[in-house]
Amino acid sequence: MNILAIESSAITASVAILTDECVIAEYTIHHKKTHSQTLLPMIDEICRMADMNLENLNLIAVSCGPGSFTGLRIGVATGKGIAFALDKKMISVPTLEAMAYNLYNTEKYVCSVMDARRQHLYCGIYYYKEGELQTKLEQSLLSYEELVSILNNINQSVVFVGDGIYAASDYIKNNMMCPYEFAPVHLAQQRASSVGIYAKYLYDKNGAQDSAQIVPNYLRPSQAERLLGEKECQK
Amino acid sequence: MENHVEDVLILAIESSCDETAASVVKNGREVLSNIINSQIAIHTNYGGVVPEIASRKHIENISPVISMALKEAGVTLNEITVIGVTYGPGLVGALLVGVAMAKAMAFAAKKPLVGVHHIEGHIAANYIENPDLKPPFAALVVSGGHTHLVMVEDYGKYDIIGRTRDDAAGEAFDKVARAVGLGYPGGPKIDKLAKEGNPHAIEFPRANVEDAPYDFSFSGIKSAVLNYLNHCEMKDIKVNKADLVASFQNAVVDALVSRAMLLIDTRHIHQFAIAGGVASNSALRLALQNECAKRNVTFYSPSPKLCTDNAAMIGAAAYYEYIKGTRHGYDLNAIPNLKLGERV
Repeated sequence: MNILAIESSAITASVAILTDECVIAEYTIHHKKTHSQTLLPMIDEICRMADMNLENLNLIAVSCGPGSFTGLRIGVATGKGIAFALDKKMISVPTLEAMAYNLYNTEKYVCSVMDARRQHLYCGIYYYKEGELQTKLEQSLLSYEELVSILNNINQSVVFVGDGIYAASDYIKNNMMCPYEFAPVHLAQQRASSVGIYAKYLYDKNGAQDSAQIVPNYLRPSQAERLLGEKECQK
Repeated sequence: MENHVEDVLILAIESSCDETAASVVKNGREVLSNIINSQIAIHTNYGGVVPEIASRKHIENISPVISMALKEAGVTLNEITVIGVTYGPGLVGALLVGVAMAKAMAFAAKKPLVGVHHIEGHIAANYIENPDLKPPFAALVVSGGHTHLVMVEDYGKYDIIGRTRDDAAGEAFDKVARAVGLGYPGGPKIDKLAKEGNPHAIEFPRANVEDAPYDFSFSGIKSAVLNYLNHCEMKDIKVNKADLVASFQNAVVDALVSRAMLLIDTRHIHQFAIAGGVASNSALRLALQNECAKRNVTFYSPSPKLCTDNAAMIGAAAYYEYIKGTRHGYDLNAIPNLKLGERV
């Protein structure tokens, strides 16, 4: 099975082509250029470098959130466009779960964190049991305080991955009561190969989805919806 | 110029504001399908377009809208010659959905990609129903975001003669509609209510821009309406809303028509077209039609479905860009403030 994996949930843009045996190409860039300018040229590049005939792709996997609203939409629209044109199925991959796959089968807990601004994190807590990813905390939007208090209650050794490490490092350092460490950068960043590998696992478990149905999982309503909701609560 | 013997089928995609649209257009003039998914009902709850909500709706709707456009046209993606997409101006998050989708489809289906300027699309809407219309002609582009008086010198070649210095005409309509309590979208609601009012009941100012006879200014008219409403409220005078919006609309129409006619008279123009959402306004259409008839100028206006944001007009504009040899790469970005006639 050949999988094209796309990851553009934050500043890192990453694309990969995976077969059953190996990652035949992966291209990751962490730079200020927008995903709109980088993502598709990167896909074009790895397909040409790996002599990948697009018709031979079986699945398009996209990291569907949480993350930057615009970044997620560029990734999802790019995946949809390719899947539409080739009449292929897609896999919607939860971003924080794919990041936990960077540390596959570790004996510690993995806490994936992404900076959600305003002292908040998009976060999930995972561990492995007999090689299967187990979810302790589903992908959530929490304050630094809420997350650290949950981790302290679990009271297990934990490794943090994701750019939320840098945003919340001071708070984590000052408030974590259980043993923890920050993953080194090559494992802490989003990677399309992890998205692809995890997509294969999800596919074997649940099958694929129709590309028209794939939408980002923002975990956060738009500001206008929030304000309207608050107004209606006050009434 | 390339010599095209075979038909050119354009799949066009538009997502610059609150309409998700796709269309198949043959040879720039014949619309085989024109699918529009409007979000107006959603944005009405917020009194105007919310960019983030618009973007979220685009990503939900874009695949079904494109599927429907191909199906209704009776063609497969394989039979499409070129993919055209709006890449500016507009809401950046909204534009990016259409741009990313179009680029990925062009890449995977191995089709050429042509980015289109949204307003050039509005002007090109006139080609669809008027097979005889060819440049050069003068055009008035009026929408919620734009007010331009333009000379269309050739396909894809524009000279901007006049523009607004502050609010766009459609923006003034929306703001006045909100102040009067008519809600969003303001244009059609004012148009309707104004039919019951006296356009000469209140004399609102017609602002001129010094040393720029073709430029527009609508913030003065808008402020005058708001001041009038305040004044009435303080003095406890009951406002006749129909008279108020009719007088406001008359002032805006007057400003638009007078500059258009100045251009026609000065440059001895024989063909004149309107474009953009506000081009659906019945008073504006009627006034321009009458003034053009007086001068023996042929007047062109798209039917209302082609005035609102749609992808058929993008297909028409994309065709002429394609014929000229314009091709965009996979790094095409959305440009929210793309200038008319600018090429990236």
